This record gives sequence, structure tokens and C-alpha cells, in this order.
Amino acid sequence: MNPSRRSFLKSTGLGFLAFGLPPSFLVRAAGAEQNTRGKSLVVVFQRGGMDGLNVVIPFKDQAYYALRPTIAVKEPASGDERGIDLDGYFALHPALAPLKTIYDKGQLAIVHAAGSPDNSRSHFDSQDYMELGTPGIKSTPEGWLNRYLSEKRAAGSPFRGVAVSPQMPRTLAGRAPALSMSSIEEFRLRNLAMAGALEKLYSNSADPLFRQGGKSLFEAMARLRAIESRIPPSTATYSAGRFGNCLKQIARLIKADLGVEVAFTEIEGWDTHVAEGGASGQLANRLKELGEGLAAFYQDLGDRMEDVVLVTMSEFGRTARENGNRGTDHGHANVMFVLGGGVRGGKVYGRWPGLAPEVLYEGRDLDLTTDYRAVCGEVLTRHLAQRDLIKIFPGFRASGSLGILV
Amino acid sequence: MSSPLTAEQKTIHFLDRTSFGVTPEIVQRVNRMGMSAYLDEQLQPEKISDDLVEEKVSALKTIRLNSGELFDLYPPPKVAKERGMAADMMKAPRMIIYELQQARLLRAVQSQRQLNELMVDFWNNHFNIFAAKGADRWLTTSYDRDTIRPHALGKFRDLLLATAKSPAMLFYLDNWLSVSPSARMPANARRRGLNENYGRELMELHTLGVDGGYTQQDVREVARCFTGWTLLRPRGDAEFRFEPRLHDPGDKIVLGRRITAGGIEDGVQVIDLLARHPSTARFIATKLVRRFVADDPPASIVTRAAEAFHRSDGDIRTVLTTIIDSPEFFSPEFYRAKVKKPLEFAASALRITGADVRVTPQLIRYLGRMGEPLFLAQPPTGYPDVGSSWISPDMLLTRMNFAADLVGNRLEGARVAPAALSDTQALIRLVAPDSLSPTTRRALAETDEKEAPAILLAAPEFQRR
Repeated sequence: MNPSRRSFLKSTGLGFLAFGLPPSFLVRAAGAEQNTRGKSLVVVFQRGGMDGLNVVIPFKDQAYYALRPTIAVKEPASGDERGIDLDGYFALHPALAPLKTIYDKGQLAIVHAAGSPDNSRSHFDSQDYMELGTPGIKSTPEGWLNRYLSEKRAAGSPFRGVAVSPQMPRTLAGRAPALSMSSIEEFRLRNLAMAGALEKLYSNSADPLFRQGGKSLFEAMARLRAIESRIPPSTATYSAGRFGNCLKQIARLIKADLGVEVAFTEIEGWDTHVAEGGASGQLANRLKELGEGLAAFYQDLGDRMEDVVLVTMSEFGRTARENGNRGTDHGHANVMFVLGGGVRGGKVYGRWPGLAPEVLYEGRDLDLTTDYRAVCGEVLTRHLAQRDLIKIFPGFRASGSLGILV
Repeated sequence: MSSPLTAEQKTIHFLDRTSFGVTPEIVQRVNRMGMSAYLDEQLQPEKISDDLVEEKVSALKTIRLNSGELFDLYPPPKVAKERGMAADMMKAPRMIIYELQQARLLRAVQSQRQLNELMVDFWNNHFNIFAAKGADRWLTTSYDRDTIRPHALGKFRDLLLATAKSPAMLFYLDNWLSVSPSARMPANARRRGLNENYGRELMELHTLGVDGGYTQQDVREVARCFTGWTLLRPRGDAEFRFEPRLHDPGDKIVLGRRITAGGIEDGVQVIDLLARHPSTARFIATKLVRRFVADDPPASIVTRAAEAFHRSDGDIRTVLTTIIDSPEFFSPEFYRAKVKKPLEFAASALRITGADVRVTPQLIRYLGRMGEPLFLAQPPTGYPDVGSSWISPDMLLTRMNFAADLVGNRLEGARVAPAALSDTQALIRLVAPDSLSPTTRRALAETDEKEAPAILLAAPEFQRR
């Protein structure tokens, strides 16, 4: 391969797409720096609307197999391509096998029929609602993770809120400074001669948007350079592709004690309108990447998982019935994962509303019995010691505790 | 800024909004002929010769090919293997997208038809498709060239209909698979019923807007109207086809109107209904005012633009003229009020430095890191058009690095002549005449001549237009 071809692959942004090459980054010898070890919440957003019914399969629900003649996942039994039994009623999709060990250790909890109560079936509205923390209200000026950062007003580490994603997600955007990056290694100025002038220029700028952006940028670069050399190398094998690499970066930031309180990343490709597949196929491939990524993150953090809770969510579930293209359309309730040392896992939480025609939401979708804000709220109160939830989720009151966290 | 714009500032503001960036030549031209005559000229791109850039674009192998030819020359690996073709990276489908990206950037930087290019970019984003989704790898070239480009300054209704019939959109939003629930299909057919994806996005994103007054029931009804709008040979010589046997012949009511045309005309009637709906006029006007004036579109201009849209039956030229001719257009509060999106930032930097451009992977990669990999926005919304989306620390850092690499002649594919950068004051007059902030002025004064242009291009002023 000649150099121009090699650089083409690396460069066009298609490299990820085609080969899933994670940019590697340097880890140098140790140096010392005082930092704080604190608790972190990691949010994983599955953009596109994951089909929760094929992820945690209600194999004992009579209606499930009738609704999905070609894409259902078979009930647990011996042999390949079958669900993995969780509790005699629900089964985990076989592509998520790496998560079963964590579930068995009691550090993975599953909440079924959960999600955002708004009935919008627009990806973009539903993602906004979920990220803003105010289903049905689009004018909310900041995301709920950002509101948490504002409320807490802790000492200002530029890494308190960090997204490892292509763009700053709405959930982390708002008044409190937050950071987004694609990788630690590339987070530096290539012409150091300019650094001083630019830092001064931006920090004194009368343009608030750029002053704020510049301030976060220069602080973060300084902190990263100071500790870069002593971030321990990762011991786990992450799934190839962007998602695995993003989780790996988050694990490193947490291990470096940079004061990460909330971290965010996302994984795309859940909009399975066509040829969704069952135990194998399109959805299974996404789940494989998800499951391997989460399992590697869990392994990578090791004992440090005691300080970390990771929550997954997706803007909506999908239609209970498969559509005309062996896929599913935009639906309602979904399934969420809660992973961490302080999690009371090994259990599927949430009241199961069933899939019989008369109990389907609007006659077509899994009904919602647990608001995602109840799940996230419990993580905020029990894990991050946030007292006043109403400030994070205005207008929402949880009806009692779910008991997912110790 | 609160005092009225000076003549020099007005020219820069006008060009910053109607082109991919100011150059010394274009400023001279506007000064010579006046803004109004210049705008008239830009609104008739077919009369502007553009040989220089089109010659460069023609050197790209894929831009003129149809989808069948593209599929044959750049087949997926499995097909290539079956056909006994040697494995060749340069013949992979992603080369097609790479060439599209190159053409987009080349035209943004060098086309004389700046306003037209800007509108092609706008409509590609409004009617977004994701070029890396399945068959769209071979369909996007024609989408940009044959669907969007001919209508970029034409009638909205024609543009809407063209996208509805385009193989790229039929594939991207799955309508090609949507069939009447009552159509008799083989038991194992891939198509076995309604798919709402296109019906929903057609109303939410292409026409009415999410608050435009439609219901879930309307989504279903519109999807039923478009059953049978499908395509032949998605992976090959793709072509729109209406299949009567897949069409739902039953009664349909869309937005309270009974659709009675029957057959392919059901869909056309929906297009007409939506293209002429007041919510569409308002939604499209709002998006255009957001593009040309401010993130938070001033209601007065939106109302005037929506009226112009309605009055002219969706004539895009008329709407643009209305927006630019609005008295508020030159209001000081909108001067440099917009943050350049990555393509605008990169193109304007290449334009103002007079860089000799040959698009390279490094250039394209920079756009990706700034948050705008061209033709690769996955969701149907396309990229956002509000400033705060584009200035996360990471994106800001990438812009600074781009400026430093460009000015230092370390950007592969862009050569800047030292003479173009020798007069910092002249550059400032193209960026912010008599309106540079004291901080930026001080930073430039404290920097040596060689670094000054890079500092200017990395400064907040140049991130705005």
C-alpha cells in the first residue's frame, strides 16, 4: 500500500466506517500530580431507537412470537442462536453474551418497559426530550446532565462534564462548562508558538460564545498535558469501531482522576426499519459492538467500577409488531441497562405491561411503566448525592424508589 | 455593535452571507457593479461561466457517471470478487463519496456561482441523505447533480417532487420498500407493508416542520399515498418507478383533505398540498432566514419571506431576494452574528488566502474533525445551523490547527503564496473592517508578521460571518 492510499484511508473520515480503526494514543512513563478520586456517571445514548423487545426478550409472553414471525429471537434452550435466560421470563440477546457475566455478578441491572413518556415518534424530538430531561418541552435551554453540573457547582475541573463524541450532545450543553473531544492524543495545538497569543485572545474576547469555548479548551489542554503521561494503559480489549474507542477514552479520563463527574458517549445505527434480523443480522451486529464495548469498559475499570455507574438509553423503542420489511418502526417503551459497582444487579426491574393487543400503547407499541427519569434520578441521588431532583428534572416526581442502587 | 454599518462593512456582510467567503477580487467586483446588480447576476448562475472550477471537477472520475456506471466501476467488495476484479482500494465505493466531498469543497472555494453553490449545500442539507447508507453510496452522486442542483434556485415544489422521486431519497428513507398492506406479495417478500419513515420526515423535516400541524394519523395516510413509489435496480442503474400493484387504492385523508387522485397522482397531490401549505412557507422561510440572517430568525423577516414564498408559489429566488432586500438585513445586530459552519470556515480561509487548492484527504479530514464530514450526516435532519453546535472546545481546537497549518503551508493540497499574506491590514479589512475587537488587535500587534495571518484566521472574528 503506497502512502497516499494509506493516508486516504486514515483521513477521509471513512476509515472509521470501513475499518473501525481506533486512533491509538501514547502512554508515557509515570509522573506525579495531585488529583481527586470521585464518583462518575457515564451515559451511553443509543441513537436511532433501539428495538428493546429484541434485546431483552420476553420469551414467556405469549404474544411476542406471534407479533414477530420472522425476527423473533428463540427462547433459551440448548443450541446456537437462542436467547440467554435471565430469570425464566426474559432472555438476553445472544450477541450480548459478554454482559451476562456482569449480570450474574450482580453489577448489571436491567429495566424493561422504560423510557421517555412523550409519545413523539420523531427521532429528533424524542432525543431532544430525553437529553433535555423535559419530555414534551423543547424550549428547555440546557440538557439534564448540564443542569446537574450547574446545581452541584463543584470546584471547576474542566473535565467535570465530558462527551467523547463527534459533537457536544444537547444533554451536556448549557450554562455549566463542558467538554467534548474525539481523543486525548489529538487534543493539542499543533503550532505551540501560537498558543500563548490565542489563549490570551480567547480568554479576553468580548464574544461570550468564543470566550467560554476558548476558556474550556485551554484549561483542558493544560490539564491533559499535565497528567497525560501517567494515565495507566488499558488492560481490556475494546470492540473495534468508534464506540469501543470512545468508552476506552472515558475509562482513561476516569482512571486519571481528572474529576470526571458525568461522561457521555453515543452509539448509532439502531434505526432498524428494514431487515433487522433476529439472533443474527443487523441488530445483532450493533448489540455485539455495544456488549463488547460495555464489557471491556467494566473490565478496564476493574475495582474502580465501585465509583462508576453507567446508564444506557435510546429515544424510543420500536413497534411490537414487525413491519412489512422484516424490520420495526418507531415505537414507545424500551429497555435500559444500569451497570456499576453499587448497582443491585442480576435482576430485570420494572413492571411488565405485556404485549397483548389490548395493552399495547396506542395499539402498537410496548407500554411504558418506568420513566427513564426515575432511573437516572435514582443514580443522581444515590450515586452522585444530588438531593433536589426537581431541579434536574423539572416537573417530574418519581413515585418511590426503584431500588436499583444500593 | 450598535452604530449603522459603514459602506465597507455592508459589502463584507453582504458577501459573507451570500458566498463562501470574501476575496479581494470579489470585493472589487461588488464595489464596481453594486450589490444589487451582483445579486441579480448570482441569481442566474447559468449565465456565469465557471470553467475554471468545472475543469478541476471534471478531472474527478466519478462526478459525471450515472449510478449504473458507478456500481460497475466501484462495486462492493463481494461483487468485485465475484467478477474477478483485483482488490483495489481506489475502486472501493467509498472513493465515490471521497470525490463528492472533493467536488463540494472545490466548488465552495472556487466557483464563480457562489450563491448557487451555497444553496446546493443548503438543500442537500435540508433534504439530507446519508451517503454511506447501503445503495446510497452509488446514488448520492446523481442526487447532488440531477436532483438538487437543477432546482437550487428554482421552485420549491419542483425540488420537493424531485427529491420524492430520487432513488437516493427513496432508498434513504425506505419508501421504496413501502407497499400497500393489502398488496398481494410472495410470502417471503422483503416488502410486506407500510413503512412510515418517508411520510413522517416529508412532513416533519422537508415541509411543514414538527409543529406544522400534522398527526400520527396523517403520517400513516401520507405513507399510504406514497405506496408504490419505488425504484428499480437500487444497486445498479437505479430508476424511479411507480408500481400500481403495490399502491394502496383505498380512501385517504391528509391534513383534513381527501386525496382522490389515485395511482401515482396520490403522491403528487400530497406533494402539491404540502408544498403550498402555509406551515411549509413558514418553515422554509424560517430555515432560510436562519441561514442568511441569524440563528434566532427575526420574526419580521420570516413573515415577509413566508409571504414571498406563498405569493410566488415557492419561488426560491424570490424568497432569497426578499430576505436580502429586507431593511433588517444590514442591521448592526446581525453583523457577524452567524458562526461559520466548518465548510464555510474552511472555504473562507482558503478563499481569503488565495490558496491554490487541490483537495486532499487531509483537507477533507479536517472538515470531519470540525464536525461536518461532507455528505455523511447520518440523521435526516442534516447538520444543525446554529452557532453553538460548532464551537465545542474540540471543534475550536481543530479550527485553530487548520488556520496554523494553512498559513504555515503545512496543509497538504493548499499552497498559499507569501504575498497573499504579507499585508495584515488588508486581510483585516476583508474580515472586519474597522470592527476588529481590541483584544484581537492587541494580539496581532504582539505577534510577529509571519504568525499574524494564522492568528487572524484563528480569532473569533473569522469564525463568524
